[in-house]
Amino acid sequence: MNKKTKTNFITGDILKASILGAFKKLNPLYMIKNPVMFVVESGFIITLLLGFVPDLFGDEGADLYLYNFTVSAILLITVLFANFAEAVAEGRGKAQAQSLKKTQKDMHARILKDNGEDEIISADGLKKDDIVLVKSGELIPNDGEVIKGIASVDESAITGESAPVVKESGGDFASVTGGTTVVSDWLKIRITSDPGESFLDKMISLVEGASRQKTPNEIALNTLLVSLTIIFLIVIVSLYPIALYSGIHLQISTLIALIVCLIPTTIGGLLSAIGIAGMDRVTRFNVIAMSGKAVEVCGDVDTMILDKTGTITYGNRMAAKFIPVGNASEEELIRYSVISSLKDDTPEGKSIVSLGESLSGKRQQEIPGMKSVEFTAQTRMSGIDLPDSIKIRKGASDAIQKYVRELGSVIPTDLEGSVNEVARLGGTPLVVCLKEQILGVIYLKDTIKQGLTERFARLRAIGIKTIMCTGDNPLTAATIAQEAGVDSFIAECRPEDKIAAIKAEQAEGKIVAMTGDGTNDAPALAQANVGIAMNSGTAAAKEAANMVDLDSDPTKILDVVEIGKQLLITRGALTTFSIANDVAKYFAIIPAMFMAVIPQMQILNIMVLSTPYSAILSALIFNAIIIPILIPLAMRGVEYRPMSAEKMLTRNMLIYGLGGIIAPFAGIKIIDLIITPLLTAAGL
Amino acid sequence: MLQILIFLAVFVVIIFPMGKYMYHITASQHTFADPIFDRVDNVIYRLCSIDRKGMQWKQYAMAMLTTNAIMVLIGYLILRIQTVPFFNPNSIGGMEPVLSFNTVISFITNTDLQHYSGESGLSYLSQMLVITFMMFTSSATGFSVAAAVIRGFAAKTKTVGNFYADIIRITTRVFLPLSLAIGLLLVSQGVVQNLSPNTTVQTIEGKYQDLSMGPVAALESIKHLGTNGGGFFGANSTAPFENPNVLTNMIEMLSMMILPGSVVVMFGLMVRSRGKSSEKDMERKRLFSREAKPVFAVMFFLLVIGIAVCFWAEQAGNPALQQVGLNQSMGSMEGKEMRFGIAQSALFTTVTTAFTTGSINNMHDTLTPIGGMVALVNMMLNLVFGGKGVGLINMLMYVILTVFICGLMVGRTPEYLAKKIEGREMKLTALAIIIHPLLILSFSALAIALPAGLAGISNPGPHGFTQVLYEFSSASANNGSGFEGLGDNTYFWNITTGLAMFFGRYLSMIIMLAVAGSLMLKRPVSESIGTLKTDTGTFTIVLFMVIIIIAALTFFPALILGPITEHMVLWN
Repeated sequence: MNKKTKTNFITGDILKASILGAFKKLNPLYMIKNPVMFVVESGFIITLLLGFVPDLFGDEGADLYLYNFTVSAILLITVLFANFAEAVAEGRGKAQAQSLKKTQKDMHARILKDNGEDEIISADGLKKDDIVLVKSGELIPNDGEVIKGIASVDESAITGESAPVVKESGGDFASVTGGTTVVSDWLKIRITSDPGESFLDKMISLVEGASRQKTPNEIALNTLLVSLTIIFLIVIVSLYPIALYSGIHLQISTLIALIVCLIPTTIGGLLSAIGIAGMDRVTRFNVIAMSGKAVEVCGDVDTMILDKTGTITYGNRMAAKFIPVGNASEEELIRYSVISSLKDDTPEGKSIVSLGESLSGKRQQEIPGMKSVEFTAQTRMSGIDLPDSIKIRKGASDAIQKYVRELGSVIPTDLEGSVNEVARLGGTPLVVCLKEQILGVIYLKDTIKQGLTERFARLRAIGIKTIMCTGDNPLTAATIAQEAGVDSFIAECRPEDKIAAIKAEQAEGKIVAMTGDGTNDAPALAQANVGIAMNSGTAAAKEAANMVDLDSDPTKILDVVEIGKQLLITRGALTTFSIANDVAKYFAIIPAMFMAVIPQMQILNIMVLSTPYSAILSALIFNAIIIPILIPLAMRGVEYRPMSAEKMLTRNMLIYGLGGIIAPFAGIKIIDLIITPLLTAAGL
Repeated sequence: MLQILIFLAVFVVIIFPMGKYMYHITASQHTFADPIFDRVDNVIYRLCSIDRKGMQWKQYAMAMLTTNAIMVLIGYLILRIQTVPFFNPNSIGGMEPVLSFNTVISFITNTDLQHYSGESGLSYLSQMLVITFMMFTSSATGFSVAAAVIRGFAAKTKTVGNFYADIIRITTRVFLPLSLAIGLLLVSQGVVQNLSPNTTVQTIEGKYQDLSMGPVAALESIKHLGTNGGGFFGANSTAPFENPNVLTNMIEMLSMMILPGSVVVMFGLMVRSRGKSSEKDMERKRLFSREAKPVFAVMFFLLVIGIAVCFWAEQAGNPALQQVGLNQSMGSMEGKEMRFGIAQSALFTTVTTAFTTGSINNMHDTLTPIGGMVALVNMMLNLVFGGKGVGLINMLMYVILTVFICGLMVGRTPEYLAKKIEGREMKLTALAIIIHPLLILSFSALAIALPAGLAGISNPGPHGFTQVLYEFSSASANNGSGFEGLGDNTYFWNITTGLAMFFGRYLSMIIMLAVAGSLMLKRPVSESIGTLKTDTGTFTIVLFMVIIIIAALTFFPALILGPITEHMVLWN
């Protein structure tokens, strides 16, 4: 499940398993779930029978054995291709599930009884509210909540992220997932899910595709495909007596060939593969969708509600500017600010060093013998003591002022103004002093994540509105919102404001997506049409969401939306392609059917196919091989670039609609040129 | 050529004011004629004690069906006992049961397929109380259902409207006054309107001829206005007393086009967005409300292609007649009236089949194969304007289908008029789309597989098959014109076409009411730049292609074995 590995869409193992799977799926009881392909399979069985007994329905003609067998073989291959596509899609998920299952199989739990004793039992025996103890090096047997202890946990089995995470009781880091490993210390955990319902179980069944239910759009599309199949069945069944009236005795195999060519086998064969592959793409992004529907709904999202901290900004304040005060020069301020932060490992400290170095263009070496002074809640400042007893301090404005005053120095008059200006912009002012002299103010600012501004622009291009929620005051919020390029913001936002915002958007008929992690986000996650919970978040949040992001990267929501759209576009594109193909197939088969009795039909043979048999077989072969040709497209999804709906429609219609009309003309002609000598040799 | 262009221009001009007027009637808005009509309507409401409460789609469908059923019963009874000497100066006998069944179904469904001849088959009482009466009610029914469907799509109200109020309002405010005016116009041009018995006159050659009389003009006006098409006489609008000259020919064509065309305009007005007032002002400045644009464009384009092909085919003449020495420079005049010529005949044929009227001013059986095919394809599509209301409903079916495909292509759950198209709507739409080919193809296959069906065919070969195909297409599309070579007054034909007309009419109506009812209840979704626009050129082209591939190609094999083979054999 490592997202970093670039996987080929097919590997040797999957290939082997899929070929086997393709044959296993020939079972009619299974095939009937896909009516389009079931018709093809029925056609295969009838033509196979006709291969043995050509005059079963009174057909006459030389070489009927061979012809019927050939049609039958092509139909079988068509069905196998479709089954293969589905098996490949499933295979990729199964491989992932396999390794997860392995983890699950050999899990044990040290259950703590009421009398204080412990006992090792199999993880399957754990029930909700059992208390277990997990020591260093052991697997956490099931989902739960830490009630005691603090430990680092390796979650790579689930998330693929190798850095361990610290888990402790209370707060946002209390929830643990079954299947992850405690790498140091110990944890006492209360189990929160029953056997078979854990997150790991859900994940296994999801990636396996076992619990896959058809999504609403898939159902609607399936209805369309079935109705097209029925229409063409009516056309062909009625054609038999009509042709008979016109003095043409049509062979059953030819009629079956025409039915198979006209019904939408291309999309019919690839439909479930597209759905499975779509879910798979989401999983590859390390997002677990609770249902295929959730992914599809993502494509419809109109509004996204995003937390500022963690989603839009890094959440840590970063140095943005040095403002000298009094007599100090900027150079001086930068130099001492950097020195004071050299031993400071906090993100703020690091950012001061990197900004300072980039502004001054010099790397500041550590001065031997310098001692770091840690931040404490009492002093509210930190700093460094240089060997020659020079003290540099940085900290909150009032704390530094007090410190300097005690040393008997005066406060520069312009300090107040600079500090207030920083605060007004929504930043945090950090005041720096060298001995008793105040040098200036470091402007610490919330920084917007890299590349996010472009992503918001992308979202705007496809008509998605973004709303930022933050606890900051309106002024700060406005600054960040403008910088990030979100469409609107809610300042001083409380959890209930979030729900109100979601409801207001929904009342306008909009589909709302949001990300959240804390317990107080749970109601909002449930209210939103798409709720993505962070894996680091609380169990309540995960329960309420319909997707869980294993990397706890809130910006993923943007990727999921694009995958959702891509999924729908792929279905639409292949449906259009499939239907557009019919035009060429009509022109291949219809003249071939009637040419023997009505020679004038030659005019309609616009592809100049050599014989009636070669025409019918070419169309049928084209119909079969287009399925494997399109498997990679179905797996990958069609290329998606953000653009307006109108542009996208025009573009896709040109590629898949117009392309779908033209491609088979060329394809059938080429196949005809190839098979004509073969057929002549075989005597057809 | 020029006359066709001017004619089409007039059509496009007149549908706008008419469409707006009909919109006001349907949306119960104020019109200039309210002071009179409100009084008339109120009297009717009180007399029939009609409760004008809004209905849900199921109630609406039930009201429509029961009202139609009662009219069928009364109509059937009158046809059976028309022999009584009451408004029966020509002493016409009663109609036999199966033909009566066919005739009643035919007129209540707005089809007007006639397996009888008016002069010899119906008394004046039947002509007035059954035929003319049903011409009003069936067209008002079709219009009412369309209005209800559009209300559902527009979803500005909580109900689809009240069937009784709809049918009364449209009859008193549109059909009656317009029929009166057009009827008088026709009378001024020589169409007869009397209750006298047939008269026998001596011709110039000294022979004697019976001249049929009757209340023709009254029937003639609603026959076209309501896209009914059943003639007073067997010869329909080829008969001089029904359609004496080019002027009446034009009037009759425009009469059948005005309401189906206006319904499209009305549709646009009814579904236009409730957006801000500035948007509304923009809308006012446009000719079409935007949603009506693609619908009208596709319909009009198909109509123009039809007229062009039919005109070209008829103008080309008949090579077989050329060979026997008949000059074909005038075009193929076999079965056409000299007073109309090729242009007026080809135009009438295309218009009457596109607008599913079914009246004829030339014999469709003797059209050239390709000319006949245009008529056939119009009925197979059944959405090139179509009957008033019903054609639009059929078009909306294909719009939903196109929206579905296009919606997926832009990566969103498909939406039309801010409503999501989901499984239920697709199921219903798919069903509605299947019905038409199912009726036409399976009945045609049945007819040529059974001796009872074969017996009716008067021409062997592909033309004979075309006769069969035409008959069922006409019945299913509720058109009513015929390839009159077919001997169709038999049990087999009366029953099969009766069923085709019945299912062709009511199933698609009920299904589309269900779709509208389901869409109406949905929560509207908001529109953004990521939403599929259904008023653009691309959408229009895709809609056209979907219709060609799904509606037209379905019939391709049948057309190949009928008119196309006939054409190729004729010209080879």
